[in-house]
Amino acid sequence: MIHSLFLINAAGDIFLEKHWKSVVSRSVCDYFFEAQERASEAENVLPVIPTPHHYLLSVYRHKIFFVAVIQSEVPPLFVIEFLHRVVDTFQDYFGVCSEVMIKDNVVVVYEVLEEMLDNGFPLATESNILKELIKPPTILRTVVNTITGSTNVGDQLPTGQLSVVPWRRTGVKYTNNEAYFDVIEEIDAIIDKSGSTITAEIQGVIDACVKLTGMPDLTLSFMNPRLLDDVSFHPCVRFKRWESERILSFIPPDGNFRLLSYHVSAQNLVAIPVYVKHNISFRDSSSLGRFEITVGPKQTMGKTVEGVIVTSQMPKGVLNMTLTPSQGTHVFDPVTKLLSWDVGKINPQKLPSLKGSMSLQAGTSKPDENPTINLQFKIQQLAISGLKVNRLDMYGEKYKPFKGIKYMTKAGKFQVRT
Amino acid sequence: TLQRCLPLPTLRGEWQSGLVGSRCPGKVSPTGWISVLHFTVNEDLKQMLESSKDSAKLDAMKRIVGMIAKGKNASELFPAVVKNVASKNIEIKKLVYVYLMRYAEEQQDLALLSISTFQRALKDPNQLIRASALRVLSSIRVPIIVPIMMLAIKEASSDLSPYVRKNAAHAIQKLYSLDPEQKEMLIEVIEKLLRDRSTLVAGSVVMAFEEVCPDRIDLIHKNYRKLCNLLIDVEEWGQVVIIHMLTRYARTQFVSPWKVKEYSENNFYESDEEQKEKDQKVKDTYSMDPDHRLLLRNTKPLLQSRNAAVVMAVSQLYWHLAPKSEASVVSKSLVRLLRSNREVQYIVLQNIATMSIQRKDMFEPHLKSFYVRSTDPTMIKTLKLEILTNLANEANISTLLREFQTYVKSQDKQFAAATIQAIGRCATNITEVTDTCLNGLVCLLSNRDEIVVAESVVVIKKLLQTQPAHHGEIIKHMAKLLDNITVPVARASILWLIGEYCERVPKIAPDVLRKTAKSFTDEDDLVKLQILNLGAKLYLTNSKQTKLLTQYVLNLGKYDQSYDIRDRTRFIRQLIVPNEKSGALSKYAKKIFLAQKPAPLLESPFKGRDHFQLGTLSHTLNSQATGYLELSDWPEVAPDPSVRNVEIAESAKEWTGILGKPKKEKPTEKFYSESEEEEDESAGTNSSGRYLESILHLHCLENCIFRTDLCLNKIEKVTKKSRAVYKIRKSEAKVYVTTQVSVPAKTHELLHRMSGKGLAAHYHFSRQPGIFGDHMVSVQVTVTNTTDHKIENIHIKEKKLPPGMRMHEFSPIECLEPAGSITVSVGIDFCDSTQIASFQLCTKDDCFSVSIQPPVGELLLPVTMSEKDFKKEQGMLTGMNETSAMIAVAPQNSTRLVIIEKLVKAANLGVVPSGQDNIHRFAAKTVHSESLMLVTVELKGSSTAQLIINTEKTVIGSVLLRELKPVLSQG
Repeated sequence: MIHSLFLINAAGDIFLEKHWKSVVSRSVCDYFFEAQERASEAENVLPVIPTPHHYLLSVYRHKIFFVAVIQSEVPPLFVIEFLHRVVDTFQDYFGVCSEVMIKDNVVVVYEVLEEMLDNGFPLATESNILKELIKPPTILRTVVNTITGSTNVGDQLPTGQLSVVPWRRTGVKYTNNEAYFDVIEEIDAIIDKSGSTITAEIQGVIDACVKLTGMPDLTLSFMNPRLLDDVSFHPCVRFKRWESERILSFIPPDGNFRLLSYHVSAQNLVAIPVYVKHNISFRDSSSLGRFEITVGPKQTMGKTVEGVIVTSQMPKGVLNMTLTPSQGTHVFDPVTKLLSWDVGKINPQKLPSLKGSMSLQAGTSKPDENPTINLQFKIQQLAISGLKVNRLDMYGEKYKPFKGIKYMTKAGKFQVRT
Repeated sequence: TLQRCLPLPTLRGEWQSGLVGSRCPGKVSPTGWISVLHFTVNEDLKQMLESSKDSAKLDAMKRIVGMIAKGKNASELFPAVVKNVASKNIEIKKLVYVYLMRYAEEQQDLALLSISTFQRALKDPNQLIRASALRVLSSIRVPIIVPIMMLAIKEASSDLSPYVRKNAAHAIQKLYSLDPEQKEMLIEVIEKLLRDRSTLVAGSVVMAFEEVCPDRIDLIHKNYRKLCNLLIDVEEWGQVVIIHMLTRYARTQFVSPWKVKEYSENNFYESDEEQKEKDQKVKDTYSMDPDHRLLLRNTKPLLQSRNAAVVMAVSQLYWHLAPKSEASVVSKSLVRLLRSNREVQYIVLQNIATMSIQRKDMFEPHLKSFYVRSTDPTMIKTLKLEILTNLANEANISTLLREFQTYVKSQDKQFAAATIQAIGRCATNITEVTDTCLNGLVCLLSNRDEIVVAESVVVIKKLLQTQPAHHGEIIKHMAKLLDNITVPVARASILWLIGEYCERVPKIAPDVLRKTAKSFTDEDDLVKLQILNLGAKLYLTNSKQTKLLTQYVLNLGKYDQSYDIRDRTRFIRQLIVPNEKSGALSKYAKKIFLAQKPAPLLESPFKGRDHFQLGTLSHTLNSQATGYLELSDWPEVAPDPSVRNVEIAESAKEWTGILGKPKKEKPTEKFYSESEEEEDESAGTNSSGRYLESILHLHCLENCIFRTDLCLNKIEKVTKKSRAVYKIRKSEAKVYVTTQVSVPAKTHELLHRMSGKGLAAHYHFSRQPGIFGDHMVSVQVTVTNTTDHKIENIHIKEKKLPPGMRMHEFSPIECLEPAGSITVSVGIDFCDSTQIASFQLCTKDDCFSVSIQPPVGELLLPVTMSEKDFKKEQGMLTGMNETSAMIAVAPQNSTRLVIIEKLVKAANLGVVPSGQDNIHRFAAKTVHSESLMLVTVELKGSSTAQLIINTEKTVIGSVLLRELKPVLSQG
């Protein structure tokens, strides 16, 4: 399936290549560079590019293109999903996935890639199994290895791959047994000029960090499972049990993993926690425009809205902006025309605002459209959909684990049209 | 060594990039001394590799792998590296493997040195070492070792460890690409591995099947049901491959579930009555093959997978295989994927675009999910727009147009232009809004941005063509625009419009020609062609005013640089200017030029894509990719469904074959002896894969078991004992794995041959977990023809079932030869009761009322659990839920083996391992409601025992108790 992989940085250098079948010359990437040139922006490079003898499927993450070379028909999502899994694995291994990090750890990277595919077909993609095969580098281990001459390669062969629960390694031991669950919800919304909602939906995930000894069997139940409209599970979750009882029952992988992603349907009314008042105007004749925005809380269930960042892509005609914020800091980049205002917390008594003027290029006509405002924010201890975890129980092991559940609401793709 | 080698790599790098820039510096370097230098560099690595210290070797290997990763040549180190293939240090070994796989092809002779190491490792007691040896050995692309590889694969394919067998499946593809002549032998291995029951192997072997012999669909028949049932437990990548393969398979084996609808569409013109009649007929005859249903049912939960590729695979399966009404279950999951990365979004949106053309209703409820955000990349924006346009209808068009208005103003002009096209398409498709759209587009003509104006012109041109009647004003307006617009397509469009409708704007048209004649030489080719066109049309309608102008333009065209223009000029001149040479054609010039032209259809660019299977690379590219396998059309008549009956079909066939031949004794003997052997073997191994291993052996057994089965059936008294192994994904994790099932060969009479006019039918309970549905008990019905003529069309009719009960009938048997017999499966949901299911068994001529009453023991499915879990469950089912009785036990029945045998024969129970000698435990669940049924036999003294049954279903519990009571007391 996957023939070769090339890693290409922003400057267009191929800094790593790996072949799982016979070697494909790196000149095949020239087709990719051509497409890259045509696309002007990195994110506009088409993920699937046909060449005379091969097909190039790529993903773009962390400013690196991961380009897979394919020779024959294959479901494109298969390759794309796999490439993303590769990036996730690198991130898991090295903390960050960057060119420098990959170059520094090239041997580990190579060993990991070798295990992930056999003849182009995925072999071991579960991070738990990979980590047993090839231990991730840590500072301590690097020091120890240099002194003792021992290696990163696990000398014990992984058993997880052969067991009924391939996602969990065997013989896990902790002195403190803990299980943390983060319920994180993101609001995607488009708000129109007048402040009414055009579309809004909630996408949620439950990320878990489970450090439990042995083979614990967990069940997690919700107060209001009916809210969840569409769900997708980590493979460890027993589907039948969910179908019949709406309970999550699973033997967790060790460490961090995403237990569940869900969708709260647009049919339910979505509470919009913030509003933006805006007054942006360009005048045809003058070279000055007015700019004024105010952000305020709306339906926050009494919680504070924090980490607010307002960004907006200004039209090309805007030369500069002279603005005064009532709080926080703002930056306008005259080259990319990107305005960014780091607001911080919203104090309902004193609403943050940003006012001032824009200087426009003389002679050009006023832009057709006012800029769209993108909003980021966070609300701690609140799941905006109202989802609540009822209880978490553990079977199969004797000890009492420490359990914790945290809620958070964030802005996803939250746009205000002006 | 470390200090010495440190500065060298940098030096080497400089030389390479600065001077040589070649990927093979050693060989291609222009001057001798550079290669000398490289020689010394690699010499250094060589020395390190030959050192006695592992740390030096490891260091060298790491640097070499670094070189490979950067794409630098390290092939000359081959001899030094290959020596370390047998290193004790596992990391060195692994890195040597990496090196070998990369360079073995180039250094074939030297690579052979390493082979013996792998051959030795193939015999290692550790399964993971065996697997990795096979993996590397098969990755060495050296033709000489093909026979060795073949041997290794064959051996590995019968390895006890499923992990090794998985690697064998991978090796098949590698060998095939190395030497396609091995195909036949490899197919044998594939056939063998396809029978494997391990979830580890399934995905990999199907992958090999797809690569080596995708046309051998016959290899799938016997494994079809197993693959469907295993699917949920296969790893995600394997799932994708299996689902795609099964999609193709199903399209060749089942009849179309869409027939009903198509039928009524085709007969649109027939009278209503006829129509009804035919519909009735179609509805009567179509019932979905249970295997078809099985596939749909077992793939559905995978829509919840976290893996986008799996979700897409299931979606395409539903699109291509499910009845139209069911396909819509996938839309929600596809929309969910839109939250994912841009690459995933891109592919998913493309597929939704294709689906939404045919099936608006699937995505209409999710309309708002396709609204465009200003931060989306352009390719995502245009795809969303495409889908929005496809979904437009009378009800939502006003909302959509409002949304489109925002898009038109977008700063991304490419996207704004695409939106204008979209508006144009909506305008033609939905007549109510045509005028609104046209007005909106005309407003855009005064937009400042040229791209927007140009696109509007092009779209307006198309719209006007569909209804030119009263739009003279717009044409005039556009003629004025010609002075300012520079985009060639737009200019060409305006000129064409004026030419086409020159009679509506008689004053303006000649003036436009005058202006453009002036600028002719500076125009784009596209525009020049349209100027010529305009000239020709005016010459024909208004030659008085335009004759000279046209001739002037034609003269300019005659000497143009472009071939096309010159050709067109010559052509037009001959056609419109009458002279002696021009033939009869010029008489018709007006008809030719000013013919009524059909309006262009504004269609989705995704229109033609649906002939590619969704979710494939070919679909994404809209052109056939190498190795694309066409999805066949549904067959008119379904091929014989019994090919998938693993045991029954085989036995039935053979039964007719060996009828009367004295072959009965031999297989029986063989069966018993092998079964014992098997037991010993599985007891002997205690690795983690124990069950799976035994399964493989069992598999060989199965055939002979079932061969025996017929003889036994005939004799009608011996108990057949087989071991069906399956995994029930039960709600509680502790309650699954394998189980031993003993199937009573006892057959019951359904229809006696005397009362059935020669048609006889027997049935028995096969104790297979529902192939028809989770709640169905499967019953095997054997129909025999004892007459001397053919019996045709045997089917089931007039089911009289108590409320709640359901029955899945067999598909009609077309014809049964005299003395022939055939076995078919029926699924009945008895709702956990012993009520009678009555129905009629009909032939072409007669109907016979028959009925099936299940013994309570057949309403169960065995489950396996540990003793601990059993006790825990039992603890929860006390009081009301417990029934018990003291029973007498015949002395010969007091041993463990006999008790198990007798009970398991009487009821479909799973054996629970027991720590105490005098207590025997069995567990099962009811088929319909899946409630646990726990049976305990506790021996008290030599001739009595206590029989306890714990279950929520107290009624069944007490019936079961009554039935089990006499079992142990009888000799």
